Amino acid sequence: MTGPHLLEVKDLTVDFLSLGGAFRATSGVSFHVDAGETLVILGESGSGKSVSASAIMGLIDTPPGDICAGSVAYRGRDLSSLSEGERRDLNGRRIAMIFQDPLSHLNPVYTIGWQLEEVFTVHGVASGAEARQRAIEILGRVGIPEPEKRIDQYPHQFSGGQRQRIMIGMAIALRPEILIADEPTTALDVSVQAQILELLKKLQAEDGLAIIMITHDLEVAANMADRVIVMKSGRIVEEGEARAVFENPAHSYTRTLINALPHADDRAPPRPARPAGKPILEVKNIDKFYTLSSGFFAKPARLHAVKNLSFDVAAGETIGIVGESGSGKSTVARVLLGLNEASGGEALFHGRDVLKMDRKQLLAFRRKVQMVFQDPYSSMNPRMTVFDIVSEPWRIHKDILEKTRWRDRVTELLGLVGLNPEHAKRYPHQFSGGQRQRIAIARALACDPELVVCDEAVSALDVSVQVQVIDLLAELRDRLGLAYIFITHDLPIVRHFADRIIVMKSGEIVEHATTEEIFRNPQHAYTRQLINATPKPKWQTAADAA
Amino acid sequence: MFAFILRRAGQSLIAVIGLLVLVFFLSRLTGDPAYLYLPLDSSEAQRQAFSETHGFNDPLVVQFGRYLVDLARFDFGDALSRNRPAMEVALEAFPQTLKLAVIAIVLSLCFAVVVGSLAAARPNSLFDKIASTASLAGASAPDFWVAIVAILVFSVGLGLLPTSGTGTALHWIMPIFVLTLRPFGLLVQVVRGTMMGALASPYVKTARAKGVNRSRIVFRHALRNSLLPVITVAGDLAASLVNGAVVVETIFGWPGIGKLMIDAIVRRDFALIQATVLVTAIAIFVLNIAIDLVYARLDPRIRFETR
Amino acid sequence: MTTSADTPETKVSRFQILRLISRNWLALAAVIFLLLVVACAVFGPWLMGDLIDKPNFRARNMAPFSLSQGWTYVLGADTLGRSLLARLVVGAQNTIGIAFFAVFCSVVIGGMLGLIAGYSRGAAGTMIMRGADIVMSFPSLLLALIVLFSLGPSVTNLILVLAITRVPIYLRTTRAEVLEVRERMFVSAAVALGANHTRILFRHIAPIVLPTLVTIGAIDFATVVLAESSLSFLGLGIQAPEFTWGAMVATGRGYLSTAWWIAFWPGLAILLTTLSLNILSSWWRTYADPQQRWRIELARSKKGIPEKRK
Repeated sequence: MTGPHLLEVKDLTVDFLSLGGAFRATSGVSFHVDAGETLVILGESGSGKSVSASAIMGLIDTPPGDICAGSVAYRGRDLSSLSEGERRDLNGRRIAMIFQDPLSHLNPVYTIGWQLEEVFTVHGVASGAEARQRAIEILGRVGIPEPEKRIDQYPHQFSGGQRQRIMIGMAIALRPEILIADEPTTALDVSVQAQILELLKKLQAEDGLAIIMITHDLEVAANMADRVIVMKSGRIVEEGEARAVFENPAHSYTRTLINALPHADDRAPPRPARPAGKPILEVKNIDKFYTLSSGFFAKPARLHAVKNLSFDVAAGETIGIVGESGSGKSTVARVLLGLNEASGGEALFHGRDVLKMDRKQLLAFRRKVQMVFQDPYSSMNPRMTVFDIVSEPWRIHKDILEKTRWRDRVTELLGLVGLNPEHAKRYPHQFSGGQRQRIAIARALACDPELVVCDEAVSALDVSVQVQVIDLLAELRDRLGLAYIFITHDLPIVRHFADRIIVMKSGEIVEHATTEEIFRNPQHAYTRQLINATPKPKWQTAADAA
Repeated sequence: MFAFILRRAGQSLIAVIGLLVLVFFLSRLTGDPAYLYLPLDSSEAQRQAFSETHGFNDPLVVQFGRYLVDLARFDFGDALSRNRPAMEVALEAFPQTLKLAVIAIVLSLCFAVVVGSLAAARPNSLFDKIASTASLAGASAPDFWVAIVAILVFSVGLGLLPTSGTGTALHWIMPIFVLTLRPFGLLVQVVRGTMMGALASPYVKTARAKGVNRSRIVFRHALRNSLLPVITVAGDLAASLVNGAVVVETIFGWPGIGKLMIDAIVRRDFALIQATVLVTAIAIFVLNIAIDLVYARLDPRIRFETR
Repeated sequence: MTTSADTPETKVSRFQILRLISRNWLALAAVIFLLLVVACAVFGPWLMGDLIDKPNFRARNMAPFSLSQGWTYVLGADTLGRSLLARLVVGAQNTIGIAFFAVFCSVVIGGMLGLIAGYSRGAAGTMIMRGADIVMSFPSLLLALIVLFSLGPSVTNLILVLAITRVPIYLRTTRAEVLEVRERMFVSAAVALGANHTRILFRHIAPIVLPTLVTIGAIDFATVVLAESSLSFLGLGIQAPEFTWGAMVATGRGYLSTAWWIAFWPGLAILLTTLSLNILSSWWRTYADPQQRWRIELARSKKGIPEKRK
């Protein structure tokens, strides 16, 4: 390859200014990208991947960051040598960027047509009726149906996947040479994610785009990348051809990331079926309606969130409930725990209907069934110490443990989940996400429950941490004989963890079988779609097609 | 969108009704209403006669019913200090205040939006620091004191402006200046705050990635979004404008409804007090509805509520 | 001004806050002035009380800026020859004291009502909000005037009326925050553990809401001082022989052309006090917002970074 790279970043070092002094976000980062290829920057949160990309567009300054060393060169020209006007002209015309959360990245008070046309207007390419026509064409190109009608609608009137398509449309409107995609699919469902990735690949093939994609998701990376760089704590720890890096990782960090992949051992068999014991929880025909507020005179609309749901949980058994957003899986959990009222049906715990219990019975029930919530950051009161948090169940159920023995028991529980006794004095914000989830598990165990409901308990954690927490849950299950209802949107992670899996869609159960059967022989089309939607590595699809 | 408006109108209506009920009970609960209506030096016999004629000795429920009927007919009785129907007097004074208030709010909004936006666009700059401090000072100044100092300087000291009354254009300058000062100061703060928030939001990042220039980002992208909370605050300010009007009209002798209220209180003219309360409450009610309409029109998330 | 569960990892100590304030000279001046005012409020009558009791006819309507009668007359004297400086210092106690008690009552009443209105899902919440709407929809000054007119102007009534006209603000903010906190996961977690309503409200929700209440109280203090001054100016606030700064301005209004200083200094004192309060609260708002905090911290930290390449 002769001549300068299309985009070259050399020795980029960025500092963020804060009270405690400068915080070095990236340190000596170098990479390049050329036309028609995809470079993936892979890293977990805090690795400096987004900062590197923002520096290319000149977008770091709230809070202010200093590029204290290094350069960014486009076609050999150092970007810092350009005037502000020239730099601004590059943005959108030659280099474009799309972001993670399309709803907040689109201006809510202007139509999408206005926002699309703006790209043409500010770069002096077109205006008025011509700009509008070109905007409609763009919408068609990114797959928005009926673009002439929808061009005058507002961002909140579209779905998440459609909004991301619109953002992509704005970015490629002037046929730029480089597209930077900062975690574009992280907030989307698996099936929608697959569509967006396909769209990006199609646009790349048509326009010869160079794509820099930033992600923490290894499967997405493997699916998109020609080359990959792995970042940790602001530095590049490994780089190279995608297949080489993924199949033969050199750096230990890369190896940790790859081993954390649920189906790293895809060929290993899923968890074998075990003989079921007597059911401790029998859920029968649960219905849940939500009433949506609407117009003054119209009849209120009803959302049928959960339809006629039935399943059993036996002692020591792990049930995985898998579904995408809107499937009703979290609603089930909330109804079972008494956090929301069911509209119909019953749930028999040791023979007694949970949904009709009085205060006293409910209190006793809550000792036996506990919940671990999704967001480790907000599921604990930030003003309580770990000791207060873990011992709170005993404050409420005063007969479990006498106060003198609390300290010892807290130490025991913390040890069970892999934390130290000194941690009891600290506050939640002083821990990482994975550690907070461990504290939440310790709290759930404080009452010696029989059943623990985990509502997307690992979804908010980094991939490597997810595996650790699931391993912990498995260990506790074996030690304490716990039963779990594990709710997730990510089917592969329960492959080795759940005994039986329930697949939900739009409030109904579409498939219910043992883990082995689900993975070996999925019956329902939706289950198959979920299994197949997981992004496959690029070289594998190329090999399959050949 | 209409559902939104109707709901808000209903809430405001309840507030107005509640206020009127409050006034009714205040006047009855504090003892003999005749004490409130009649001058302090009236005799016991006069009070008894008054109570009889106006039915203050009837059961409370009956009195309340009569009160409501009178309300509907806008009949508050006569303003004893002026010998005219109270409502007539109140309705005469109202437009004077309205003129002052409208000019004040329009001026303060326009200037505040410009100053606040410019300050937010260049934070921590000299302009920003001056604008912030000046607006804080404006919002902190006691309006009666500013009025007095203005009279001191411009009327007593320099002899340029008249001290009171209406009439020529010169008469308007000081009252409007004093009335505008506090809303302007507060609004600059709010505009600056909302604009800084808007300028830090994700959609501005997208705009910059698209290559949009600075002034378009400030005045098209950010401003439209930050106007929404500003309008809400401007609505709350309307009520406090009446507060300001009371002081300004008293000091400058402006014949508006604020001065009328003070006069009525000083002269213990309860019928007049009730009339002015009602007029003011309805004006604020109408203003709130107007503001809700503007807000709903500007925010597409309300205009096009998703099903 | 909500505190989210993922607050930054480093908790800034009190000293660092003081250091940050001192970087901004305006904020520093405000702090010093306020401390001075509070000192006057607490010690004023004890230090200078006798100076205002005895009229000094030789100093009648004396102009300011001359020391011929002693340093206490540097701001001039009123029609009875009393030192204006002394009256300012003594008047601080009433002015600040009334405002303080009014704000305290508002915080307590507004906070409690806000907790109930935000937490209850039934009629109680709606009724409380309607009541707040009624109070809020009417100009506070007029409402205060009417109430004081009907019930008579005493110091207690004054404090109560000032408190009640401000309650809706605390109520609304508390309610909004309770509504938000109520949906947070740790509240659901507490419910799942079996906690009852009292425990959730007072152990989980209230401590989070309290700092906001106090902050608003501090900000609102300035408004209450202004409101009380207006009421006293119009004659319905504090009644003679007690006086506040607002009342002093009213007394001086009749002597504008002859002795302007009688009305000028007290008004200036009000202006400086409220300005200081507003400066501090504006500074605090920037500090407490994690997204804007860098604007305060930025001032000096740039020096600790290697030279920027350009």
